[in-house]
Amino acid sequence: MIQTRGLRKSFRSRAGRQHKTVDAVRGVDLDVAEGEIFGFLGPNGAGKTTTLRMLATLITPDGGQATIAGADLLRNPAEVRRRIGYVAQGGSTWDDSTAREELVLHARMYGIGKADALRRAERALAAFQLTEYADRKCKTYSGGQRRRVEIALGIIHDPRIVFLDEPTSGLDPQSRAHMWDEIRRLRAEGMTVFITTHYLDEADALCDRIAIMDHGEVVAEGTPGGLKREISGEVLLVGLDAAATPQAAQLLDTEPYVTKLETVDGGGLRLTVDEGATAIPQVLRRLDQSGLRLSSIELHRPSLDDVFLTKTGRSLRES
Amino acid sequence: MKFARDTWLVAQRQMQLLLRNPVWVFVGVFQPVMYLLLFAPLLKPALNAPTQAEAYKIFVPGLLVLLAIFGGLFQGFGLIAELRAGVIERSRVTPVSRLALLLGRALRDVVSLLAQAVIITLLALLFELRVFIGDLLLAYLMLALIALMTSAVSYGVALKVKSEDALAPVMNTVAQPVLLLSGILLPLTFAPGWLQRIAEWNPFSWAVDGTRALFAGDLGNDKVWQGLTIIAVLAAVGVAWAARQFARSVR
Repeated sequence: MIQTRGLRKSFRSRAGRQHKTVDAVRGVDLDVAEGEIFGFLGPNGAGKTTTLRMLATLITPDGGQATIAGADLLRNPAEVRRRIGYVAQGGSTWDDSTAREELVLHARMYGIGKADALRRAERALAAFQLTEYADRKCKTYSGGQRRRVEIALGIIHDPRIVFLDEPTSGLDPQSRAHMWDEIRRLRAEGMTVFITTHYLDEADALCDRIAIMDHGEVVAEGTPGGLKREISGEVLLVGLDAAATPQAAQLLDTEPYVTKLETVDGGGLRLTVDEGATAIPQVLRRLDQSGLRLSSIELHRPSLDDVFLTKTGRSLRES
Repeated sequence: MKFARDTWLVAQRQMQLLLRNPVWVFVGVFQPVMYLLLFAPLLKPALNAPTQAEAYKIFVPGLLVLLAIFGGLFQGFGLIAELRAGVIERSRVTPVSRLALLLGRALRDVVSLLAQAVIITLLALLFELRVFIGDLLLAYLMLALIALMTSAVSYGVALKVKSEDALAPVMNTVAQPVLLLSGILLPLTFAPGWLQRIAEWNPFSWAVDGTRALFAGDLGNDKVWQGLTIIAVLAAVGVAWAARQFARSVR
């Protein structure tokens, strides 16, 4: 549905008299399949939005190629526009217009006739539970309502792909969960959804596949589960007295299911194991047999943050 | 066909929003009305005009051109608000014509300018201004072209600078000399030779001369077609340039 090869974009910025070139996106290759929710995960400034804006024809790439819903991005951007929907991060509704007016106008900008545009607006209002507020001005809406209007605008012409830039940023937890349901509903209707996010849990829970972006490059791509499995299994944190720690380390170091063993300062062990669920009983039994008492045992499954940490050497939460 | 439809679509929306708050049309006309009521009465003695009506034939055309220039130049502020709300970007991801995005907005500006011009003209009639309807319509065409040009330029600059703080000084810097060099308040026939030479390079000075000739009922005067031609050409250039900004503006 989307295929890009070597997509690049740099911006010239000026600080005083000095011109500086910033490589915002440095050669992105992506393959997005039809009907999936594809997530673009990365810290702010990683180049996610720039890439998205290139794919949505809003800025022209400096180099590379892309095919979107069968249309060539560089040679035929007008055709790409007809086939995609795009919802910007910062909002796109006018304070003094109503949701219905915005939806009708937007549909008509795609060349849809007036009667059809009115029907589509009606349908979209119902689908996004906005009928009640349809004829109120946008400035009276809550953040979540307004975001739903904007998503409805993005898909009013039934595109095959919709690009959502940070669709849940700034929403309260409830509106966020609601928005996830809306996005899943779009997928269920056969639409391909491409979102950017800097929320790990969102990428994990919502996306079928993700690409992790950092400093203008894709550093990892795959399913959230697959990416997590790729890095070093699961981690068991075993709480022990400082005195008992060396003995326990000696006992467990030779166990076949332990792939890596580290001692924790102040007592305790950090074991890397293939599968936590089967390792826990074995660890417990082994320590019990030797009369060693443990104070806690904790299974730590790798998160997407661990994936990010492995690939970039930084934590996404810190950057 | 698609272009005409798109332009109408954009213009319709803009008109709808304008009519929702028509007070702005009247706010815009307030200042020229003040000039008409509180400044124009000084002109008969000052210009040495034989009658009050003669003085108004000189002053009212200038006032209308002033209204067209300023009304247009400050339309960019509304566009910056639209940029900030994301409305422009939302339009730019659709296949809608870029020229239509500009022209639809400029069309609204022309319509609101003409409404203001009618208000001023009607008020001036009370002060015994008399003008032939045909000449008046041609003068309105001149005003429409001026407003089209200045609003297009204002939109283009707004897309380039993207902030009200930058737009205001740019527009004021442009408007001030243009205003003084166009003989709007007093005819440049009073000006010393060097000032007249400079004013010859100001297209709005030609527009004012042309409009004055029309109000004087002097349709055959060369200044009429010269003014209309100069302004029409500049309007075309301004629209083309601003439409390019709509096509490629980033963010």
